[in-house]
Amino acid sequence: MIEFYIDTHSGVPPYLQIGQQVRRALKLGLLEQGDQLPTVKEVVSRLAINPNTVSKAYRELEHEGLVVARVGVGTFVAKSLGSESFSALAPLRRDLQRWMESARRAGLDDESIEALVRECFRSTSRTVVA
Amino acid sequence: MSFVLETEDLTKSYRAKTALSNCTINVPQGHVVGLVGPNGSGKSTLLNIASGVLSPTSGSVHVFGSPPASSSTQLGRVGFVAQDTPVYSGFTVQDHLRYGKHVNPKWDDNLARHRVEQLGLDLGQRAGKLSGGQSAQLALTLAIAKRPDLLLLDEPVASLDPLARREFLQILMETVAEHDVSILLSSHLVADIERVCDYLVVLVSSRVQVAGEIEDLLATHHRLIGPRETSPPENQVVIESSYTERQSTLFVRSDSPIIDPHWTVEAVNLEDLVLAYMGHGRTERGSTLNKESA
Repeated sequence: MIEFYIDTHSGVPPYLQIGQQVRRALKLGLLEQGDQLPTVKEVVSRLAINPNTVSKAYRELEHEGLVVARVGVGTFVAKSLGSESFSALAPLRRDLQRWMESARRAGLDDESIEALVRECFRSTSRTVVA
Repeated sequence: MSFVLETEDLTKSYRAKTALSNCTINVPQGHVVGLVGPNGSGKSTLLNIASGVLSPTSGSVHVFGSPPASSSTQLGRVGFVAQDTPVYSGFTVQDHLRYGKHVNPKWDDNLARHRVEQLGLDLGQRAGKLSGGQSAQLALTLAIAKRPDLLLLDEPVASLDPLARREFLQILMETVAEHDVSILLSSHLVADIERVCDYLVVLVSSRVQVAGEIEDLLATHHRLIGPRETSPPENQVVIESSYTERQSTLFVRSDSPIIDPHWTVEAVNLEDLVLAYMGHGRTERGSTLNKESA
């Protein structure tokens, strides 16, 4: 079972944060088809957030086809996202680790590395959109 | 759509000062409403009027379509926890539950006893000996066990430590998830409002500055940053503005997307929104005062 958290300083609306966390868990293979998401009441009593926030996040995930709600039972993962990309993760992580090490050898501090990653990330996602 | 609270030109004045002036709001059912504003802005007055404790000087107020406290049914539909979460210090926890059962026809004794057990309160303990968090929880338990359709809470967590505050809000949100109850609560803590509320009312200097669903408010407010000389884009309501020699920063409300290349448009968060309207309310009041003295 996945456990959610809310970062109130991020400026990201809580319902989007829950959606992001479910998608991230799907991509990392932490959630698979058939897994149950915590019930609205469970999330609410743990995080002290508005129940509508959780329902809304679940509704959007359902709309995206990622989960299905079964009335009176709960919300379940409709499809796994990890499987195809999962095998690619390990080598990519290795490459990235190697890159990080060489960045540090070149004398970059954490902030510079983060800025560089963000910059590259932004320029490549632009290419994909175009 | 049905409304839990409708007010029109609601005004409460005392001899020397106006606590609430021309307050017009319609709060739809099924929301957790956050009432925000500086001290003395009229939050408690509005809650006290909605609960029927105070009567307005002029204007109208309806709770579920009837004036507050106009009938016993009406009284039963509204739960009110006043500021500083009042409990009777000489009464034991058990006495409070007995009293609640005695005066409330819809009293849910199982719910009350379950909550007390969950909170680990000793039934024989006098309320005066409870900690701040415990007596706040007891007051909330009494209000919830009444099974109201609307719960009014005046600064419910102001005096609580962070842990007690979180526990209080957890129980409150569980109640919303389990029962069909609308909530109107006043608070200074924007982080709490952000977690639990989906509707916002900002009150400054006895006037309502803005009211609406938080999501809509966040989608229609923006921060614009641009060069000093540029005039603001059209169809914007400027809530707040600040300037340096070269740069203008505007906080605007806009229902249509802003496509003006001179301005950088940034999203705003709830705290920005609350602060902008508080600042706006204060300047507005300043300018009326100036006019009056002129």
